[in-house]
Amino acid sequence: MKQCLVVDDSSVIRKVARRILEDMNFEIAEAEDGQQALEHCRKTMPDAILLDWNMPVMDGLEFLTSLRNEDGGDRPIVVFCTTENDVAHIARAIRAGANEYIMKPFDREIVEAKFQEVGLI
Amino acid sequence: MSPSEFEFLKKFLKDRSGLVLSNDKQYLVESRLLPIARTSKLETLSALIQLVQRGGQRQLEIDVVEAMTTNESFFFRDKTPFDHFNETMLPALLQSRSSQRNLKIWCAAASTGQEPYSLAICLKEAAAKMGGWRTRIVGTDLSQEVLEKAKAGLYSQFEVQRGLPIQMLLKYFEQKGDMWQISPSLRAMVEWRKLNLLENFNHLGEFDILFCRNVLIYFDQPTKVEILNRLAKMLPEDGYLVLGAAETVVGLTDAFQPVAGKRGLFQRKSAASSLGKTSARPLFASSGTGR
Repeated sequence: MKQCLVVDDSSVIRKVARRILEDMNFEIAEAEDGQQALEHCRKTMPDAILLDWNMPVMDGLEFLTSLRNEDGGDRPIVVFCTTENDVAHIARAIRAGANEYIMKPFDREIVEAKFQEVGLI
Repeated sequence: MSPSEFEFLKKFLKDRSGLVLSNDKQYLVESRLLPIARTSKLETLSALIQLVQRGGQRQLEIDVVEAMTTNESFFFRDKTPFDHFNETMLPALLQSRSSQRNLKIWCAAASTGQEPYSLAICLKEAAAKMGGWRTRIVGTDLSQEVLEKAKAGLYSQFEVQRGLPIQMLLKYFEQKGDMWQISPSLRAMVEWRKLNLLENFNHLGEFDILFCRNVLIYFDQPTKVEILNRLAKMLPEDGYLVLGAAETVVGLTDAFQPVAGKRGLFQRKSAASSLGKTSARPLFASSGTGR
């Protein structure tokens, strides 16, 4: 079973994402900010990461940049999932190594479509 | 919604529209039918389905069928037809039309435009191989309203996130407030016409590729046959017809023949017979080929 790390400071979003991704046969791990996510990745590198942008302690972009410099950190497929929905933010995320980008609000179909796009399902 | 209510709804939709609802589509039923329940002052989805089940609610029945069958169109919907386009149709036609350098595509159920624009994106991506080529994409639909939307090329954040890779969004769209608009150079590639497939469409001219996905399912057998036979006259012998993933010509007409191993892809019979030398393929298959 593939593991997906859901990184979001909102417990509601984490719960919604968990429900959708579990239906897609992912094993779910959760983190509340970039720092927690990085610690998780150092222990267990997930197959996929659903990543919020704005979070306390360490934001999503900072996390992604650090992750891509970690040992094996190039492996996880990272899908941003954020309310930041302008071209400049999207372009920055892609440059930092994001594989796909979801603009909130999202639904099941969007998550499925995006995960399909990057070959996760 | 109970399992038996869902079963009823499945059968009801199949009988009325040909729509096949799979068991994993419960959420779709909820998102499409709850608004109808609300406007009908019904508290739950169950109450709505029971009312339909009881019979005699003509308008409600129509509303339910329309809500469930409205072709919500995605960019690169179902993906496979666009793979066929890039990997099969385009290479073959680039070769066979290399002297004329002219390629004509008709989307016969263009709806809100995602399909023709997806094809326009494919052509843009193939531009390096198509220097000096003239292309024409015609999108038709029977609804003026959806054509207006198609022409404007303005899509919501939800619409641009289904099927469209983020890189393509950045490359081919411009952000307009809350909406995303397909770029002017792509909009200029598509012509829009109001057209009912039941009426004569000879005036559109001849095409090399014809997309007609998920629209024949709404017609009865004799009408399907009649439309397919008229569509065949719009294509040269080596032209392609693309139907929806669940649709086929088999058992309906001899004018087209499935292309082996390419689900949803068909050619005029005589052309298909002379092509496809690479694989053994039954000429009169009673079930789909190339599964």
